[in-house]
Amino acid sequence: MRKSVLALAAGLLLAGSVSAASAADKLKVGFIYLGPIGDLGWTYQHDLGRQALVKELGDKIETTYLENVPEGPDAERAIEQLVRAGNKLIFTTSFGYMDPTLKVAKKYPNVHFEHATGYKRDKNMSTYSSKWYQGRYIQGLIAAKMSKSGVLGYIGSFPIPEVVSGINATILAAQTINPTIKVKIIWANTWFDPGKEADAAKALIDQGADVIMQHTDSPAPMQIASERGKLAFGQDSEMIKFGPKTQLTSILDTWGPYYIERVKAELAGTWKSEDTWGGLDSHMFAMAPYTNMPDDVKKIAEDAQAAITAGKLHPFKCPVIGQDGKEIECKGGANLADGQILGMNFYVKGIDDKLPGK
Amino acid sequence: MQLVLEKRAERSNTIALVSPLIAIGLTIVTMTILFAILGKNPFLALHAYFIAPLTDAYSLQEIAVKATPLVMIAIGLSLCYLANAWNIGAEGQFLIGAVAGSWIAVKTQGTDAGAWVLPAMLVLAAAAGALYALIPAICKVKFGASEILTSLMLVYVADLFLDYLVRGPWRDPQGFNFPTTAEFDPVATVPLLIDGGRLHLGSIITLLVVAAAAILLGRTIKGFEIRVVGAAPRAARFGGFNANQLIILTFAVSGALAGLAGIIEVAGPVGHLQPGISPGYGFTAIIVAFLGRLNPLGILIAGLFLALTFIGGEQAQIAMKIPLDVTKVFQGILLFYVLACDSLILYRFKLVSPNRQVASGTH
Repeated sequence: MRKSVLALAAGLLLAGSVSAASAADKLKVGFIYLGPIGDLGWTYQHDLGRQALVKELGDKIETTYLENVPEGPDAERAIEQLVRAGNKLIFTTSFGYMDPTLKVAKKYPNVHFEHATGYKRDKNMSTYSSKWYQGRYIQGLIAAKMSKSGVLGYIGSFPIPEVVSGINATILAAQTINPTIKVKIIWANTWFDPGKEADAAKALIDQGADVIMQHTDSPAPMQIASERGKLAFGQDSEMIKFGPKTQLTSILDTWGPYYIERVKAELAGTWKSEDTWGGLDSHMFAMAPYTNMPDDVKKIAEDAQAAITAGKLHPFKCPVIGQDGKEIECKGGANLADGQILGMNFYVKGIDDKLPGK
Repeated sequence: MQLVLEKRAERSNTIALVSPLIAIGLTIVTMTILFAILGKNPFLALHAYFIAPLTDAYSLQEIAVKATPLVMIAIGLSLCYLANAWNIGAEGQFLIGAVAGSWIAVKTQGTDAGAWVLPAMLVLAAAAGALYALIPAICKVKFGASEILTSLMLVYVADLFLDYLVRGPWRDPQGFNFPTTAEFDPVATVPLLIDGGRLHLGSIITLLVVAAAAILLGRTIKGFEIRVVGAAPRAARFGGFNANQLIILTFAVSGALAGLAGIIEVAGPVGHLQPGISPGYGFTAIIVAFLGRLNPLGILIAGLFLALTFIGGEQAQIAMKIPLDVTKVFQGILLFYVLACDSLILYRFKLVSPNRQVASGTH
């Protein structure tokens, strides 16, 4: 009896190694995820991108992911585990993986890495991100039109440039419609924590906000806004099912085309280290349908979207006035330079709050 | 007939020895069933969890790296728990140690300070961890405040303090406002033991701590005192042992070890101070301490075993596409069985007929 069990085990192990061998000629592509793939936000959208990749190139590649990898000491190991499992192209999909990715990239010069939203690169490490502030600008226009109280509620994750530039773009857009618009900001200090995000939404509504915007990843704020009969914007993914009468639009992260493009380059042997910062014109992200708003507001949003896509409208068109009333130095000609937006560390005039850490 | 738990006349030493093995056996059986239900091959899955990580040098190193902070913190906690002092806030002491040590690293950045930097960081981190642990200890001794609550709540204070520092005064000026300090200079970094690997000096320090704890508990009067105060407080009082003094001492030692683990993690595998430097080490170490039955050698084994489940869990995710949640279920089941089996040390199963129970009730 015992012998037969052992034989069975050995047989199964051998069978496993054989099937592994047959998969070896496919290009292995790895992903590191910050949240669970079921977060319905950030990680979920990256996984949709991975699924699109599998659908397009599934016969040539094999994908693997590690989910819920904390942005601390475990990240480096997780990335290295993917390398050791034979992955040749690895996407690390959160800012906090920047230094660990760089460390592993230096150690394995023959493996290619793609890091989302960071700023450190190497010969075998690219970065990619989206100009979400463009979407935020459109949301700012809608919010100012739709708000009756003139108070917007903004749930921030961390006061990093990506989030700060989103807040500024929102308020600059809103001011073009209602110059006295107010914004209340709560820092949740998390990317994904439905409980905290819901509490933040409740607090903002209690402070008079009637349009809720979020830079955190769960649909909880949308649900709270829906319960309280307010309006809200989704984040990362289509959240309309959490607020059919609530969602105005949502910034949809559409990573699929980028992932397909990069994997094709890898397959063709033409992969190069690059810095990709895609806007509405590059299909790195999209706007969910404009819903729960009158036609004239919808028209404003669509026009702005078209103008931004065509490069005719820039959310950070100079002059940009800082909180202290002084004009921000304009390093990009007619608009703020990309570097100024990527490192944005100030609030614009009209935000009655203090940027944490300033 | 009825199955009841009956208290043993004295603790069973046989069961005490075999109970962890029974627990692991039961866990494996349960997981086999679970894997089968999930449609995964149980043999391959268990192989990925337990065997594969032990078969290559890289994974062995990673197990040691992961176990290092867990074991170091758990050793300190075990001293507290043996003395009946309940330090739940090792996570906070870990963070404060990391902050205090990083202070030197941040202040000397780019100054070519010399070889004294790392030793100074380690000493300061241990001192800060000890001081931070003394807050709940003194509140307990002087005011009778529950050390469980105060030590736990101080975790969040430490967490927010660290957060403030890396977002404000210590933020990397070249870091685009992201919440992290600049990478530490080489003199402020824990040296690696193997070129190209991640195994660092911290693992050696941890082994020394384990040995020191074993000597303290097994061969010294202080160790005896700790165990007596915990096991028999009345006897300890008659013996002239001062329980309050011991609370202060064990908290300080445990805080110092947690603080040391904190700076070693920051100056070692992470390389800079940032939020989220601890994936809950201070709390996981509580599990390690009990899994290792508050015995230094046991804690070393338990820490390595728990680290194995983390590394194996990742490899199972990669090789078998087994979700991470299964790893968490697995760790939960293991702890459940360990605690369940431990009750057999002091209790035993007995079959009783309902009649006899009634009869004995009338006496």
